[in-house]
Amino acid sequence: MGLAKRIIPCLDVDKGRVVKGVNFVGIRDAGNPVEVAKRYNDQGADEITFLDITASHEDRGTTVEMVEEIAGQVFIPLTVGGGIRTCEDIRRMLNAGADKVSINTAAVTNPEFVQEAAERFGSQCIVVAIDAKKVSAPGEVNRWEIFTHGGRKATGLDAVQWAVKMVELGAGELLLTSMDRDGTKNGFDLGVTRAISDAVHVPVIASGGVGNLQHLVDGVKQGRADAVLAASIFHFGQHTVPEAKRFMAEQGIEMRL
Amino acid sequence: MQPDVVIIDYGMGNLHSAHKALEKVAAGQQRVAISSDPELIRKAERVILPGVGAIRDCMAEMDKTGLIPVIRECLSSKPFLGICVGFQALMESSEENGGVPCLGHFAGQVKFFGNDLRDASGERLKVPHMGWSQVHPLLQHPLWQDIPDAERFYFVHSYYVQASHRDQVLARCDYGPVQLDAAMAADNVAAVQFHPEKSATAGLKLLENFLNWKP
Repeated sequence: MGLAKRIIPCLDVDKGRVVKGVNFVGIRDAGNPVEVAKRYNDQGADEITFLDITASHEDRGTTVEMVEEIAGQVFIPLTVGGGIRTCEDIRRMLNAGADKVSINTAAVTNPEFVQEAAERFGSQCIVVAIDAKKVSAPGEVNRWEIFTHGGRKATGLDAVQWAVKMVELGAGELLLTSMDRDGTKNGFDLGVTRAISDAVHVPVIASGGVGNLQHLVDGVKQGRADAVLAASIFHFGQHTVPEAKRFMAEQGIEMRL
Repeated sequence: MQPDVVIIDYGMGNLHSAHKALEKVAAGQQRVAISSDPELIRKAERVILPGVGAIRDCMAEMDKTGLIPVIRECLSSKPFLGICVGFQALMESSEENGGVPCLGHFAGQVKFFGNDLRDASGERLKVPHMGWSQVHPLLQHPLWQDIPDAERFYFVHSYYVQASHRDQVLARCDYGPVQLDAAMAADNVAAVQFHPEKSATAGLKLLENFLNWKP
């Protein structure tokens, strides 16, 4: 037996509440972040990701307090992302009790920030979030590009090359979200997951599109992801974390049960 | 106020997770604090040496803060727990950063997994070794009381310990072809490669055992 694949419930937090959009519309409230995080901790989740999607800067203070409260009750790794732009932002989150931070837009606008952050805090706590979208036409060789601003802004950067560069700069882990799939419940984009996982030596977390438990299995087996992230299938009671783990284990995936 | 348990702050990384987990298991019975004050560290009943990041920076910070003498004192006098890089720092030297001498409390080296680690079937293994792996205790020890064999703990590291004296190896863990020393113990000093503070129930149990340990 070796290393278990991880299940990571993701909390998208806006104005102090866990929310989840379906196809970017129809945002649903999924509860208080502290209660939701505690529930997943108690269910045996392997890790928790907290993404602050609050647009306004003023509410960031609330996020720090919330992370602090979660960290006092959750004894599994906690990653915090959303609006991480400076080493000071990282320090604040780590002091609040986060174990890792996820850097997204700032990695695109200022790649050296990833290097600076990894040198100062260690690669083990620097996750780079990559939002990729398929740009090749059907029949062409698959190609994915990096998008920012919630998938609205193209950057022209090739996703696989970008992933390799981020690891060279010191990213300890990659959180890969397919913008085509996020919120669709149609499953991960397995092509880009596998392409990136095969191209780098650090762990890759697959995200975006989970609608059922088979999708989690596919992410690991076909996408070769080291961890799978999901939100709505857990938030709204469709499945529990133990159900997902048992299902994956039954399909021959090593899990922490 | 003098804390009972001190998490030694030598300027490296994230001590807050360890603090929160220890406060949880201490349940108000023991005072837990993060401190860089040599007097508080010296007078504590037990100490924890954490550590994340690169070993060169860790050893440099430890030196710069002037805490090495008091750390050595604690190593010879009271229950002591090293965690992750705080474990590696207790070895003789590490391969990281081109070779770094460490405290040399335990005989043995810290080695790199390599960037092309493969399992028996040829599948490439990711480095860092990040996530939950099974840990097998090799000795009967109070630290492992009520923790079953093959329990999973959370690891995140690219370098691993190879102890010279096998009778000091408290637990082992396999990552592909590498059999790493996941925990060591001798006299009043214990150290673990994984993060008990992030290892859910089993990790909290280990920390509780440490708080109750009377070597």
